[in-house]
Amino acid sequence: MRSYLDFEKSVAEIDAKADELSAILATGGSPALADEIGRIEARAKAALKDLYASLTPWQKAMVARHPMRPHFKDYITGLVEDFSPLAGDRAFGEDEAIVAGIGRFRGVSVAVIGQEKGSDTESRIRHNFGMAMPEGYRKAVRIMEMADRFNLPVISIVDTAGAYPGIGAEERGQAEAIARSTEACLGLGVPNIAVIIGEGGSGGAVAIASTNTVLMLEHSIYTVASPEASASILWHDSSKAQEAATTMKITAQDLLKFGIIDGIIQEPVGGAHRDNAAAIASVGDAVEKSLQSLSGLTPGELRDKRAEKFLGIGRKL
Amino acid sequence: METMNWISNVVRPKIRSFLKRDTPQNLWIKCPESGQLVFAKDVEANLNVIPGSDYHMRLAAVPRLKSMFDDGVYEEIALPEVPLDPLKFRDEKRYVDRLRDAKTKTQLVDAVKIAFGKVEGVKLTIGVQDFDFMGGSLGMAAGEAIIKGMETAVAKKTPFVLFASSGGARMQEGMFSLMQMPRTTVAVRRLREAKLPYIVVLANPTTGGVTASYAMLGDIHIAEPGALIGFAGPRVIEQTIREKLPEGFQRAEFLKEHGMVDMVVHRREMKATIARLCRILAHSPARAA
Repeated sequence: MRSYLDFEKSVAEIDAKADELSAILATGGSPALADEIGRIEARAKAALKDLYASLTPWQKAMVARHPMRPHFKDYITGLVEDFSPLAGDRAFGEDEAIVAGIGRFRGVSVAVIGQEKGSDTESRIRHNFGMAMPEGYRKAVRIMEMADRFNLPVISIVDTAGAYPGIGAEERGQAEAIARSTEACLGLGVPNIAVIIGEGGSGGAVAIASTNTVLMLEHSIYTVASPEASASILWHDSSKAQEAATTMKITAQDLLKFGIIDGIIQEPVGGAHRDNAAAIASVGDAVEKSLQSLSGLTPGELRDKRAEKFLGIGRKL
Repeated sequence: METMNWISNVVRPKIRSFLKRDTPQNLWIKCPESGQLVFAKDVEANLNVIPGSDYHMRLAAVPRLKSMFDDGVYEEIALPEVPLDPLKFRDEKRYVDRLRDAKTKTQLVDAVKIAFGKVEGVKLTIGVQDFDFMGGSLGMAAGEAIIKGMETAVAKKTPFVLFASSGGARMQEGMFSLMQMPRTTVAVRRLREAKLPYIVVLANPTTGGVTASYAMLGDIHIAEPGALIGFAGPRVIEQTIREKLPEGFQRAEFLKEHGMVDMVVHRREMKATIARLCRILAHSPARAA
């Protein structure tokens, strides 16, 4: 059973037609019917391509949050061999909203950090919907520092609505934990690359995305505050989220134009959730290419390049 | 109506001037904490701290700088210009109009001012974030000012003291605002590499992207009494967890109890405290009494 987003209605109708005819064909139909199905399927594909070539920012937000979109663990399964998750911040606890560990990416030993949102009720609760606590960021710092000692490039997989706003998080210094994690990113003497695969939600994303290279999937979003939060802060009306999504400029395409990110990774037609394997392979290729372009730089050069890149943002528009 | 005219012409001005004489604006201030009425002049003379209740009201950038530097004398550091309104933003109002209004209201260029001078004889670079300028929000201008402040401290080999007060990101600048978090953190790292002290004073309120970057990366964190300090604002937390927050939650004293700030210091002690800390860190002898 396929699922469709609200704005995919036109495609859903064509798909339904093809399904209907396929069912008839299965119970015995003419070869002409098979041709007809082929034509309808081609039409569905073309309609999908057209639709996804001109998604509005709000539609992109819906795609970025699609439950079937590949998550952190899918990228790990697809791209990292011998992944060894490492737990805990050595101070308070283990926060599964951020998963961190070491493994081998296309033959190279790496450290990987990222938010996991979970994919069913049980795992969503366990991962707190990808909204990290201070101990998650402190674990990230621990893994980054270890990566620095053992000369492992760091890959960040970013997918969060934001850091968790709760009593415990505040008591344990959410703000400080995020600030330290951002600082750790900027201090690394090894290459680091961030890929925003779904939602890059505010400080909770920056904390692991202050990297040499920041890439975004074609239909992902990166925000200072979610469209819903922006709408309630600026318009005092959370129903203005669609308008906020447009006004706040949150798409990969806008952010590349602004020089805030370094590249966009193409998604399969109809979004990453329609072909997980292809999306994961594209991310792998982009990360490999980015790592190659950073190889051969000294720790000092990596730090300076990173610092200059961030300082340069917004200086020339 | 005709008959009303001569009455209003004759009587009204008298009443108006009578009212005016007796209630000039800002003569009295009501303490938000105790509710007591106090003379505005007394509050002003007391660095905007309410005498009696010790409630710390907001202190604008200029009086803050004057309160810190010896004889109130300091050199203001010129700040780089930044692109205005990169998103061509408008919500209920155009961002450029909001900016203009804030400039008129506060007589500031943006939320952060940087100054250099002497504090009890110690050379210091001081940054002040003024909450009255669009909630002290962190946009490109404020971020660039913080960076400039830290660079000035490095160039002049002085400690950097930052008085933070901000609701967080300048939403109207979208992702350019968020990028001030890593950008200012780059500058903090340079201050550290130069082995210069970085002291943060957290004033009421400091939240969001400001606490989640440069304001929580100081060598020493000082909070003003009662200041609200946190990552998420109390309303956001209440909406998320759907319960009332405990008394004193996210206040300066709460943060000290939870290990996030080193000390809570009364505004009248601020200057002496900062000078003392800087002297110790610089291996300078104590100030002659």
